[in-house]
Order: sequence, then C-alpha cells, then structure tokens
Amino acid sequence: MTALPPIIADWFKTRGWALHPHQQDMLDRSAAPATLLIAPTGGGKTLAGFLPSLVELVGGGHAGLHTLYVSPLKALAADIKRNLTTPVQEMGLPIRIEDRTGDTSYTAKRRQRADPPHILLTTPESLALLTSYEDAPRIFAGLQRVIVDEIHALADSKRGDQLMLALSRLDQLAPGLRRVGLSATVDDPQAIAATLARHPDPCPVLQADPGPDPQIEMLVTETRPPWSGGGAQYAIGEVLEQVRAHRTTLIFHNTRAQAEIFFHRLWLENEDDLPIGIHHGSLSRDQRERVEAAMVAGELRAIVCTGSLDLGIDWGDVDLVIQVGAPKNVKRLVQRIGRANHRYNAPSKALLVPANRFEVVECVAALEAARDHDLDGDPRGPGPLDVLCQHILIRACAGPFDADQLFAEVRTVGAYAGLSRAAFDDCLSFCATGGYAFRAYDKWQRLKQTDGLWHLRDPRAAQRIRMNIGTIQDADLLKVRMRRGNRVLGEVEEGFAASLTPGDRFLIGGEVVRYEGLKELTVEVSRTPGREPKVAVFSGTKFATSTQLSSRILRLLNQGSWPNLPGHTAEWLMLQGEVSQIPSADRLLIETFPHEGREHLCLYGFAGQNAHRTLGLILTQRMEAAGLSPLGFVVTDYALLIWGLEPVDDPAALLDPTDMRAGLDQWLQGNAVMKRSFRGVATIAGLIEKNIPGPKKTGRQATFSSDILYDTLAKYDPEHLLMRITRDEALHGLVDFGRIEDMLARIAGIDHRRLSRVSPLAAPLFLEPGKVPIVGEGRERLMAAETERLMAEAGLSAL
Amino acid sequence: MTLRARPGWAKSGAMSHHVLVLAGQTLHACADGSLFWPDQGLLCVSDLHLGKSERIARRGGGLFPPYETQETLARLDRAISENDPSCVICLGDSFDDLDAASGLAEDARLHLSRLQAGRDWIWIEGNHDPGPIDLGGTHLSELAIGGLAFRHIATPAVPEISGHYHPKARVSGMVSARPCFLADKTRLILPAFGAYTGGLRVTDPVLATMMQADAIAVLTGQRALPVPMAALGTGRR
Repeated sequence: MTALPPIIADWFKTRGWALHPHQQDMLDRSAAPATLLIAPTGGGKTLAGFLPSLVELVGGGHAGLHTLYVSPLKALAADIKRNLTTPVQEMGLPIRIEDRTGDTSYTAKRRQRADPPHILLTTPESLALLTSYEDAPRIFAGLQRVIVDEIHALADSKRGDQLMLALSRLDQLAPGLRRVGLSATVDDPQAIAATLARHPDPCPVLQADPGPDPQIEMLVTETRPPWSGGGAQYAIGEVLEQVRAHRTTLIFHNTRAQAEIFFHRLWLENEDDLPIGIHHGSLSRDQRERVEAAMVAGELRAIVCTGSLDLGIDWGDVDLVIQVGAPKNVKRLVQRIGRANHRYNAPSKALLVPANRFEVVECVAALEAARDHDLDGDPRGPGPLDVLCQHILIRACAGPFDADQLFAEVRTVGAYAGLSRAAFDDCLSFCATGGYAFRAYDKWQRLKQTDGLWHLRDPRAAQRIRMNIGTIQDADLLKVRMRRGNRVLGEVEEGFAASLTPGDRFLIGGEVVRYEGLKELTVEVSRTPGREPKVAVFSGTKFATSTQLSSRILRLLNQGSWPNLPGHTAEWLMLQGEVSQIPSADRLLIETFPHEGREHLCLYGFAGQNAHRTLGLILTQRMEAAGLSPLGFVVTDYALLIWGLEPVDDPAALLDPTDMRAGLDQWLQGNAVMKRSFRGVATIAGLIEKNIPGPKKTGRQATFSSDILYDTLAKYDPEHLLMRITRDEALHGLVDFGRIEDMLARIAGIDHRRLSRVSPLAAPLFLEPGKVPIVGEGRERLMAAETERLMAEAGLSAL
Repeated sequence: MTLRARPGWAKSGAMSHHVLVLAGQTLHACADGSLFWPDQGLLCVSDLHLGKSERIARRGGGLFPPYETQETLARLDRAISENDPSCVICLGDSFDDLDAASGLAEDARLHLSRLQAGRDWIWIEGNHDPGPIDLGGTHLSELAIGGLAFRHIATPAVPEISGHYHPKARVSGMVSARPCFLADKTRLILPAFGAYTGGLRVTDPVLATMMQADAIAVLTGQRALPVPMAALGTGRR
C-alpha cells in the first residue's frame, strides 16, 4: 500500500477525512500505463485521479508539465481548477495549476506555451491545437500523466477519437506517459478501457462502490398526460410542489426549446417566487455563469436544464432530479439521476414526467430497466476517417512527418488499431490533394512530399487548419441581442431565425422577446412582457430511443394486462387491442385506413425516429414508383405514419428486404440527411473551412456550398473518400439503416390490418410536428389540380 | 413485387409543354424551361450563365464546382434533340461574363459546336455578356422574327420575348418555388435555363407591374403548369 506523504496525510487528518478504498487503489496502481476508474458522482473520483500527481509533485523537483487533465467541458476544467487549487494552497504544495480552453486569453496561452504549469487542465480541442504547434515537443517533454475525466461522455464521440489520436502523439513526445480514465457508471467498462489504453497495453478497471440504488418513480399527476407533444406542461403544478418539498431540484429536459417553454410556464405559476433558474447550451456565457454561481452558493431551489448539466460540475446539495419527457436512453437517465445527492451514501431520488401518453409506457419501461441495472449501449465501430484526416493535417502543422511512422502511431489508438494501410493512405492523399474531383483546385493542394517527408505545401495554411480544429458539429447559431442596451441573451439556430418575421415573439433565457430583424449575424429583439410566445423550436437535439429500451417497451406492451401503468394508459392500450392489435416483438403491425380524404399507412417499427425517417423515405419512394402517390409522412420513436392519394393493399411487398437494400444506395445519394452528414464529415476532414480569417461565413452559405460539393461528388466522384465516410456514417447514425435491418430480421411476419378509421395508437401521430412532405407524383397531381382550379377561377381555362 | 402499377399519368407527355399565343403566334412553353416555336422551327433559351463557377472562383467568392456548365449543356442537348430546331436563340446572359465565355473548358466548347452543327445559332447579348463571343454562331443585340422581338431585357416595345429576370413562383402544395414563364398577350418572359441560377418571385413589383392583369405564369418542372399570375400575388412570401 502506497502511503501518503506526511504533508498530504496531515491535511486529510485535520479535516477528519480518510481515503476511499478506490482512491487508495488508484494511488497503489499509479505506475500502471493505463487505469480506468468507474465511480458514481460524488465518489471523490477527481481526487482519486489527481492524488498520484500530487504525491509525485510534493517534493517540488519536477520542472515543466507533469499532468494533463482533459475534460469534455470548459466549465468543468475551470471548476476542477478551483477545487484543486484550494487544497494545494492550504497544504502549501509547490504546484502550479492552470486551465487552457477556448476561453483562455491569448497572452495567458502564449505564456503557457513558453512556461507550462505542472498541471494543465484542458479540453480535447485545446489539446489538439497545442499538439499542432512546432514547439509541441518542448511543451510536452516532461509529461508524466494524463487524466481523462468523464471519459464515458467522450468515448462514444468523435471528440474522444480526436483526443486519443492526440494522446498517441503525446506518447511519442513523452515516452512512458501514463493514462487514467474517470468514468460514470456505464454498460461496458471494457470497451472504454480499450479506448483509453495505448493499444495493445492492458487497462485494468477499478470499480468504486456504486452506493445505494436510486429511488426512481413516475410523477403521479391529477391531469392525464396529453396525446402528443413534448412539453409536459400539464404537470407544472405537481412539479412546483416537488420543488417546494425539496431543497434543490434539477429539472432535466431533452431539448432546449422544451426547457425554455417549461421554464416560462413554471414562472407563470410560481406564486411563491421560488428562486428557479435555467441553464442550457444556447444561453450566453454570462447568463450560464450567473446561474452556476447562484447554484454553487445554494441560492436556487431549482434549475431547468438540458444535457448541459449532464456532466460532473459539483452543484452542491441537489436532492431531487426530475426528468421531463421520456429519457430515450437508460444509461443517460441513470447518469442524470446520479446528479442528485452528492453525499456518497445516500440514495439519489428521481421522478420521471412523461410528456405524452405513449411516453408513459416508455417511462415505466425505463425506470424498470434502471432498477434492473439494465443499461443500454451500442458497440462503436472503428475510428472515423474524417477525424484521422484532421489529425494528419494537425500533424503537418507541427512539422514534417514520415508516413510510416505516423501510420504506426495512429494504430496505437484502440479505435484505429485495425486501420489498414490503404485506408490511411487514402486519408493522406485526401489531405494532400483534396481527391480526384478537386485536383484542379489550388486551395486543397495542401501537403507535399520532400525527401520522403510530408509537409505543408504552404506554411501559411497552418493558420487556417488551426482555426478549424475540432469535431463538434454545432448547428449554425446566431447571437440574439437586445436592440436597446446590446445585451446578448443567447443563441438560436439559423434555420429558426430564418423562420421569423418582425413582430414574432419567442422565448429565450426565460424571457419573451419580440423579433425586430436580422442585423449582420445577430438577431435583434426587444422586450415584450407578458405576451404569449411563438413556439421556440431552436436547437432540438433529438435522440432516438435506444434499441434496448425499445425492446423493453415491446415486452411491456405484450404483458397482457397493465397493472404497472396508470389507468388512462392501460385503457388506451386495451382499446387498441380491441380495435386493431397490440404491436409485438416478433411480428410487424401495419395498419392502413382512410382519414379526411387521404389514405394512411401506420407502421409500428419501434426502431427509433432516425430509422423510421429513413424507412419513410424509402417506402414513399417505392410507393411513388408503384403509382400510389404518397404525399408525406411523420415519425416517432415507435411508429411511422405515411399518407397519400391511393391505399396500400400489399404492405409486405413494400418491405421486401432485398429490394430495399438494393434501392438504398441509389436512394441515399439524393437524400437531405446524407447532405447533412456530408457537411459534418467535410468540415471535420478539412474540405470545408468553417472559420476563415476575415469576415465570418454564415451557416447558410456553408450549407449551400457543402450541398453543391456533395452533388458534384455524387455525380462525378461517388467513390471519393468523403463520400465513403458519409455513407458509412449515415448508415449507422442519422440514416440508421442498421436498425431497419435489425427490425426486419426480428420479425417473423407482417400483420396487416385494414381499418375503417384511425386506431388509438395511430391517433397521436396526427398531432406530431415535423411532417416530411414528399415531392412526387401525388404532389404533382395536387399541384396540377390546384393550377387548373386557379385557371378556371380566373376564367382562363380556355387559353 | 406485387405492387400494382397505376395508369401512367405522369409519363403521358401531355403536359410537357403549354401552348401560348403571343401576338397571333403559337408558341410552346416547355416543361424544361425552353421555348419552342413550331412554325419557325425555332428553339429559344435564356440566361444559361455558363461559367458561373469559374467567375465566382475568380472573384475569390464561395465555392462552386465547375460542373454546372456540363449540366446546363446536357439539358440544352436534350431540348435540341427533342425538337430538332433549325434555329437556336440564346437570349442573353449565356455566359456569366466575357471571361467566362473565353475561358470555357475545351470539352464544353466541343459540346457547343456539336449542338451548333447544321443549324442557325444566335447569341443575343445580355448585361453579363455584351460584345462579341468567339464561339461560333451569330452575335446580335436583338432580333425580330415573324413580328416578335427577341431581346434580353424587356422594354415597353411589345410584342417581345425576353429573359433576364429569372422569374420563379410557387402554388400551395409545392415545397419550393420553380422557375416559370410569364406571359400576357404581347409579352413573354423566359425562365433561366442555367443550373444554379437564383430567381425573382413573380410577386415582386418589378415583374408584377410589367405584366398585364390577365398574365399567366407557366411553371416548369416535370410538367408545364399554367396558373394565373394574379392568383400568385396574394402576398405569399
């Protein structure tokens, strides 16, 4: 057992603290090349990570950078700096701690490069940028340890891939570098360990005591949840009561827009003036910081928030977590619940509030899964090549490199361990020339080989590459500013701003504001107190319900009777059973029925909204070819509803898997989802530069040229590297074709029910927003009829 | 597959053009945006904007790939082989500027001369491409045939056929606006034939005041669909 140096041991003693077993374990294993610690929030995880560094730095003999801490959030880096600096100062240790993020000033950054601190706290993007400098070898020369915090949040994203590529680089600059990962509870710790370790190093997993099970329940309300929608406004009164009954409550929402609307309604009914704040990623930094400070000071009784509070900042005494809307994913639910009660040995308390009738079923399934510790997670594929392209460009910024050596380096990253030389060479060649279709364009001729080493053709390109480092794909956001006083309120998506006309009212930061106009890249608004807002639709991050949760829902639907569901929901399902049938896991239920002069088809796929959207696009295309004139469709996580001019008599023929696979590639090409995926891939790989020196390009301009680039490649160079990456990615992400195939493999047959009218389960779909119109024969027929009508009305039909 | 195919309503070709009568002459406003005059064996297209991407690239602007020229020429090729005209009139702004005309890629030049072979070819000058063009055919500022004037920008002197404005319109049920012809009894404005060209809504005062009250718009696309211009002017943005 490694003992603490007296100075640290004494400090613990004066506070009456003792080390947790996992903290001691981390200390004992501090020489291991890689270690992953799984611990619940409040388990002293961060201290466990830093303790070995403090011990090694106690003597003051180390010069330069010793420990690098990487977190997914800038705010977390700042928070950790505060929490670490205090004990270090109290113990009087000779350790310099600094953070470096996008918010750090230019002068501080320069100084850090010249004279690095002992402990540097940063983000994956800032680290990637640091490795791009020519003096990177000097900065990282003495580095001993790297701590990756909240690694579960990074591991399944491109940010994590970029980080691990950067670590492979650091291994070269600082041989013997040890890695530590800190993670919340996850379904597959081994997978994260394999991501963290230098391949093929082993990576032992340490499990801290998870503490007592959380108490999760569904909120019982007097009013029944509505048939559709996501706001859960019916539950405002009961939620307020819960806030009153607890010390501090976190109220999680799935989207920013819903959080805004809920917050607004909460205040309208908040007769006791309970201090309640709002926190989400679209708010201005000022406003977020104010809320964070008030929270830390214990001044707030509740915060309405989104995923922006998912990660580890210590919020003090949270004793209740409320999740509004179905959690979609059991793992995230459990992690959110873990935000309550940071005191180690007390159970967390959580309430689920379904936003609509179907979500009642989903919430019950989710809380049963959480009680059973049945977490969901999908295995991640090999490392994405667009991130590798960016890594190659970053490497080139730092100086000339040898391709063989870089290839070997990249293969030490777990996710890229299986990378073929051919794939690597493709990426290198793309970075060098842009690919065949772009060979004539000077701006993409970036790398050149001289005397066997690759280097930037024009060293000035380094600035542009550095400006575009990162893999976060934000929607294009515009600042919202008060016309008077110039106060920045936050940001909205460009698409939302474009939908506004002067005079429209919307919600931001809990305020109703009036849209005045667009000035350059800023949305100008004025105050309009007490008026009803137009629905704020900005930034709707939509997750699909996970596979595991979906199959639980199907099991729950098929239990025969539903004593575990509220009466109103059980009755609804019973009625569905009488009028049509309950969807099951091994059969696919398809209902067809006429409604308001249109023919409808409702397919209960339970494959998540992304897969259903894809299925909708494929099926409507096949219906179009068969002359059935589809007009549009709408999806939820459990079903797809298509409407058109002609009835579908034989749905089984539409769903033939072989035909669907065959038509997929051709269909994918013209698809808007593909264009969106391409835009992300092309931006990460460096084909499109989001940030350029000089005036900012608006998102729409970027979209425009990325769409044209996509069309061009689709037509003239469909096998271009970026097109291949886009296809692979879309199949698993937004297109989610994998889940369609899983669904088709799961079912033994199709039950087609021809009904005379809408079924109980299908009815809520008519109220769903986000209807997708189909441009085809059906619309042409309606359009021709409309133009004929207009001609006849004007007396021009004889012309 | 046991899907029933329904009667081929779309493929009948019955609405591949709309018949217009302009100052007594019968003209076909075709669904692809070209104008055909059967009695004269004349095909007219406007605003090809060939070389747009090169011009934008030269000016250091946004990023267009150079393929829209091929795209436009391929569509023009189809229109010519469908109608086999003895005369083709390009009604101005055929090139994005004169440099674009002289800088046209070799394969595009060859394609153009193939299209020009065996027929009269007339370049009417536009605001983007005044002056002579070194690409075969005749170059004119305007032209009159059978009592109809062909010029790039509309004037008060009717009857005339012009281009320039790239009119676009939509009716309810449509997802986005489509390029369209505008026609009254003495004036005809052609849609832009080129790929990636923007457009002006027919509700714009510039177009609305130029046309008579009984003007129609002929929407292009899969079919040529006529619709009264007045029915489009109800303030829909």
